[in-house]
Amino acid sequence: MSPSNSPVLELRDVTKVYTVKQGLMGKPKSLTALNGISLKLDAGDVLGLVGESGCGKSTLAKILLGLEAPTSGQVLVEGKPIGGENRLQLARRIQPIFQDPYSSLNPRKSIEDIIALPLRVHKVGDEASRLKKVREILDVVGLPSRVLTNYPSQMSGGQRQRVAIARALVMRPEIVICDEPTSALDVSVQSQILNLLGDLRREFNLTYLFISHDLAVVEHLATKVAVMYLGQVVEENSVDGLFEETRHPYSKALLDSVLTPEPDLEVPDTQLGMAYPNPIDPPSGCHFHPRCAAATDLCKQQAPREQFTPYGRIKCHLHDADTVSKMTKV
Amino acid sequence: MTVSQENPILTVKNLTIDIPTDTGTLHAVRGIDFDLKRGETLCIVGESGSGKSLTSLAVMGLLGNAIKPRADVMDFDGTALLDANKRTLRDIRGARISMIFQEPMTSLNPSYTIGDQLMEALLIHGGTSRKAARAKAVELLQKVGITAAESRLSQFPHQLSGGLRQRVMIAMALMCEPELIIADEPTTALDVTIQAQILRLLVDLQAEMGMAMILITHDLGVVARVADKVAVMYAGELVETGPTADLFAAPSHPYTRGLLNCIPLPGKTERGAELGTIPGIVPSLVGDVSGCTFRTRCAHATAACRGDIPRHVTTDGRHAFRCVDPQGFAHSQEAQA
Repeated sequence: MSPSNSPVLELRDVTKVYTVKQGLMGKPKSLTALNGISLKLDAGDVLGLVGESGCGKSTLAKILLGLEAPTSGQVLVEGKPIGGENRLQLARRIQPIFQDPYSSLNPRKSIEDIIALPLRVHKVGDEASRLKKVREILDVVGLPSRVLTNYPSQMSGGQRQRVAIARALVMRPEIVICDEPTSALDVSVQSQILNLLGDLRREFNLTYLFISHDLAVVEHLATKVAVMYLGQVVEENSVDGLFEETRHPYSKALLDSVLTPEPDLEVPDTQLGMAYPNPIDPPSGCHFHPRCAAATDLCKQQAPREQFTPYGRIKCHLHDADTVSKMTKV
Repeated sequence: MTVSQENPILTVKNLTIDIPTDTGTLHAVRGIDFDLKRGETLCIVGESGSGKSLTSLAVMGLLGNAIKPRADVMDFDGTALLDANKRTLRDIRGARISMIFQEPMTSLNPSYTIGDQLMEALLIHGGTSRKAARAKAVELLQKVGITAAESRLSQFPHQLSGGLRQRVMIAMALMCEPELIIADEPTTALDVTIQAQILRLLVDLQAEMGMAMILITHDLGVVARVADKVAVMYAGELVETGPTADLFAAPSHPYTRGLLNCIPLPGKTERGAELGTIPGIVPSLVGDVSGCTFRTRCAHATAACRGDIPRHVTTDGRHAFRCVDPQGFAHSQEAQA
């Protein structure tokens, strides 16, 4: 295994199906949260994962963290599949930063305890060397060492998120899963955290999976972007490619919805029907067709195939040469 | 959008909200002024703790008994809201001024149906029959883009998605055809796609019904797209006010400029470049508060910032800000660049 050939993190056809009970007498139904997800992250990549609530972003994060097992498919870290048996090993390499620093830090532990916990779990060094590591990492995330004895309730939202970042980085992982890390923060604090994440990535050569609904933030930080809809990746491209030529109608709608501070523009009309489909009973054909202004009969009947193009990959009949010719015949 | 030339429907002068706490008085809102005409949209923008929600609750008279807001003038269409008795307030609140809250899950009652909650305000204020109220509820649900409106009336809040619940909140606020609507972060908890749809809906309905709207938000993107005029709030004060186009074209207070620098602009901000930041945190407002409250975070702060802060107004009298420097230190920032 040489790190230069295999991606740091790879998902191969990962599918996750939950069984949902339908009331007392109802038959349990299956909910496909992830449907054949394949993604690759090379060292230093920042993959922005975007999509609406319920599209499976957080399920994906849970699987990567080993908190859920995929129903089928594989997750590989540097070419080696991860499984239940080496979760401790996995945790050394993949660490999370969650959305809400108010609920992701234990309120009854001091900041020192919170940050040192991963070291203690992995039995790294003795008490003194752990404290040294904690102080080092505090410095890296820009917190003074006097906060060591504080409790989360004594800190502001931005400071708490810095603690969460310190906790994630204290084991020096290679991959950090950032699940909406700034959406609970004020604008002025958000930019501090984004700057910090950018600096840390360069300093430690980190690979990020950056889950966010804010496309302006994703464009700023990511190197490539995957757009998810109802458990599938419908478009993936480099950040330049995606933002310069957005092709999937859903990606376009997401981009149009971003409100930039430009007073000459009005609130956009995204042309999206309102209803996000029920994942227990997904629409036929292309799952996006009920909300797509360009949908044809074919989109209702047949699911689009995944195509790899020089412009990244896409799942859409409108961008499939074969089906476009069929559509014109209809 | 038609903004009438008549008198403002809401005038607030020198609104002050003090909150007694164990450690002293918290001066949460200090002497703010604003007004609003029919059909006009005012956005109050600021970060957590700036007092923007307290301001809206004060206008609605919902601050509770422990907190007594004071103001030289707080006048809604000829009624002094602070002096009005409970009966008068009840007639105004929910009927002529209504409010949309941020979190539709916590502001809808989980144990009543959508229909009951929609009709409640109209039955209390309107003196209409249940049948007429029901018809109105269906009409408004359709107007806010809810399909199968009739059948939604018997559903409970937990059966609806977040976007649908927020639409129900909007329909509820519109039941009595209010003249002023106060929306406190109405789209913050929602997906970007739903946010755009809900804002579009609010703007369209406002134009159709000629309502005035106060929109409270922390999102400058929302402000730019929706507001006629903007009030930037920091630590309980309005640091800058003005028409939207003017304020975005020439942001004058260092805080306003700082906020704008913090957001990555697609196509403008270089990817991966350092974003602007505002160091430090909002100061405590307990005890004596004097001078410019932004001075602890301002790159240009001088000794003069501890004293009285003058208010600078543009020649047309519409764009104003408070800073010791008549240009809000904009010139020194350019010199640095």
